[in-house]
Amino acid sequence: MGIEASRRGFLLGSGAAALVIGFSTKGVLAAGDAKALDINPFVTIDADGSVAVVVKHFEMGQGTSTGLPTLVAEELDADWQQVRVVFAPSDASRYANLAFGGQGTGGSTAIPNSFMQYRQAGAAARDLMVRAAASLWGVEPAEVTVEQGQVKAGDRQAGFGELIGEAAKLTPVAEPQVKDPSRFRLIGKGHLPRKDSLGKTTGKAIFAMDVKVPGMVTAVIKRAPRFGGKLTSFDASGAEAIKGFLGAKALPNGAGVAVFAKSTWPAMQARDAVTAEWDFSAAEQRSSDQMMADHVALLDKPQHLARPGTDFAATGAAIDEAAKVVEAEFQFPFLAHAPMEPLNCVIQPTAKGVKVIDGCQFPGITHPTVAAILGLEMDQVEIETVYAGGSFGRRATPTSDYHAEAAMAFAVLGGETPVKLVWTREDDLAGGYYRPMAAHRARIGLDAEGKILGWDHRIAVKSIIKGTPFEAVLVHDGIDHISIEGVADTHYAIPGMSVGLNDAETAVPVLWWRSVGHTHNAYAMETLIDLAAEAAGKDPLDFRLDLLAGDDKDRSRLRGVLTLAAEKAGWGEPLPEGRGRGLAVHKSFNSYVAEVVEVSFADDLVKIEKVTCAVDCGLAVNPDVIKAQMEGGIGFGMGAVMRNEITLAEGEVEQFNFPDYEPLRIADIGAIEVHIVESAEAPTGVGEPGVPPSGPALANAIRAVTGKRVTQLPMMKSGIDFA
Amino acid sequence: MSLNVRINGETRSVEAEADTPLLWVIRDELDLTGTKFGCGVASCGACTVMVDGVATRSCQTFVGDLDGSEVTTIEGVKGPVAEAVQKAWQDLDVVQCGYCQSGQIMSAISLLSEVPNPSDEDIDIYMGGNACRCATYQRIRAAIHQAAGQAEG
Repeated sequence: MGIEASRRGFLLGSGAAALVIGFSTKGVLAAGDAKALDINPFVTIDADGSVAVVVKHFEMGQGTSTGLPTLVAEELDADWQQVRVVFAPSDASRYANLAFGGQGTGGSTAIPNSFMQYRQAGAAARDLMVRAAASLWGVEPAEVTVEQGQVKAGDRQAGFGELIGEAAKLTPVAEPQVKDPSRFRLIGKGHLPRKDSLGKTTGKAIFAMDVKVPGMVTAVIKRAPRFGGKLTSFDASGAEAIKGFLGAKALPNGAGVAVFAKSTWPAMQARDAVTAEWDFSAAEQRSSDQMMADHVALLDKPQHLARPGTDFAATGAAIDEAAKVVEAEFQFPFLAHAPMEPLNCVIQPTAKGVKVIDGCQFPGITHPTVAAILGLEMDQVEIETVYAGGSFGRRATPTSDYHAEAAMAFAVLGGETPVKLVWTREDDLAGGYYRPMAAHRARIGLDAEGKILGWDHRIAVKSIIKGTPFEAVLVHDGIDHISIEGVADTHYAIPGMSVGLNDAETAVPVLWWRSVGHTHNAYAMETLIDLAAEAAGKDPLDFRLDLLAGDDKDRSRLRGVLTLAAEKAGWGEPLPEGRGRGLAVHKSFNSYVAEVVEVSFADDLVKIEKVTCAVDCGLAVNPDVIKAQMEGGIGFGMGAVMRNEITLAEGEVEQFNFPDYEPLRIADIGAIEVHIVESAEAPTGVGEPGVPPSGPALANAIRAVTGKRVTQLPMMKSGIDFA
Repeated sequence: MSLNVRINGETRSVEAEADTPLLWVIRDELDLTGTKFGCGVASCGACTVMVDGVATRSCQTFVGDLDGSEVTTIEGVKGPVAEAVQKAWQDLDVVQCGYCQSGQIMSAISLLSEVPNPSDEDIDIYMGGNACRCATYQRIRAAIHQAAGQAEG
């Protein structure tokens, strides 16, 4: 889909009332005294000339609070300095994600779904400024130009702020003309400073954890030590002596005890002093080793045939006839997202109901969840979105889990006291909603020339989507597409490929984790391709290019990033002793990413020396943000495959804090070089696509330098030690 | 109990038990929220402040042990090194989610105060206790080098 083809009405998903011009300062309608003009749901111009862009996607670091304003500033011809950011309220009638329908951020959709909408919002604002100037100055609109926030005609000149009074008399156009991409001066042009850099480097940026409202108390929750456990009784007498402790109450759903205190530290201390009894009859009591064994056992008998044309008998027969056979079984552990800011939010009473203050990823779910728990109408609940200290998927649960806890805590306290719910790091790591554990088994048959004859691939994983409101959209014929994405729909030309899927069952809640199913599926596919290339006696790059031959657009874009990354990394050039390279390529979220990893191996220790990345995400709106997302995605993915896992013993999580779930550190990773493919295609996602190739590219580099193939993650568990 | 804390050049009186972590006094009593809670066990560095000019994990420092020491938080940093570090962070757009970055910046200022022109290895060792889940490490390294050049020059 080209840029032009993606054009659509920018008020789609916006209420018709949005076209009505109103003044932010209610009641002040004298044109000359206007303090601000709401041009549309996305753009407000203040009398001082500053342009407020209402950003409908929360900022978790991925750059939405820079990217969406870029689109507006481009079309409005605003000066970047005059643009400021306002996070949208919860209102799906105006701020829905056009990729989902509801209001929320995820799936690397922020720029793709906003691209035309925010450009049109900016273009409508520009058109209004032009017509206002024309009207004031008695000239034709065609004579008016706008450049870096200055509106000019002949020797007349005005800033936007001077024009809002006149603009208020005009009606904005519903279908504004956007620029031809050849006239872009911000989109794709160099480095526009991030809008959140200043606040985040001076300590002034406000995250939900930093919110304090008058009379607020802090709540921490004592939860069941096993998933699915129910509270039977508790005793808070031990907490009475703690200064600042206010009380403890059972949550109405039996999931735990809310412990209240005047501030955070006494709340944490008091929770440690509260004892509780639990009913574990419906709880997960297995160890993660047992659960993995149960996953692996499922692979013997695929429950769903997950790729069109799947025929295990025929595929098996082809492999049995093959000259060479590659076999591998993969085990992927549970992974926690562990965003730097532990989960938290504030809920406070308002005149009409409540306000939730949160780095809110899915207002479309949080809003009705909080309303339902508190017995309120939708219009009695408002959500104020602030910066989120990371998410990686964790803040977007289909159950709105931590907001639901906050609402329950607020309710059991009487519904009149503002409550800040705070999770600790221990709560975060033991709290579930993990990347599901997964097992894969593959058999690949090749002929004497190295051509693939058959590929039998089986996956066992708990469905993320089944049982959630997303099931109707993302589950077809019983198959959760997320479980098989990146394998069943691979773009490699693989004859005789059969893919099986089993839904594993466990009470452990699972969730999308930055790049979702691709996290394990790309690892399996891209390490298997290397093993097949080795069996075929071919170079991993050449082998991939052969399987991606042809005019197909996906294949051609995959070839594009592969060849670019390989060229920039010096693929094929000799390396000194003790060095090795690995590569991987993957399409996810409509973007194409290839990565070449160079590692060193000395004294039995592996070190990541350099990563070269090529990304094709269509038109690059903010190249520096795209690079940052690739750098971050690579580090996030590699840190996880190197040493992260959540394990359970008798149903209890064994990791307590970062020392048991060691994040990637600065010394773990060397230079990362990112190259962006020039493209005029519609922009696609960048938050997640850097992750999938990172693990397998590292594994392939480790294979090259140590001879070991790592199929059981994390790598440290498979005997790989890192410098 | 009532305690006096020297913070960002002022003496502030707070109500806190002596064994309260400095982090929670800074955040909940003094309302200086630039210093972050990330782990509570001194393994992530998000809570890093200066105590008498040395980078210190405030989550593992009891307020009662300060004994008149001067505490500086991200809100109170000043001087050529701090300015060079913050400017480099802004120039290179180091931040992503930003939650760890107050701590990263405090550690970087402390490093450059000790080692004006650090090597990559110096940086990797000194900054090793500051975790960033967004993995902004390569820009952190570059920003420290840039700041070193500017603070010197």
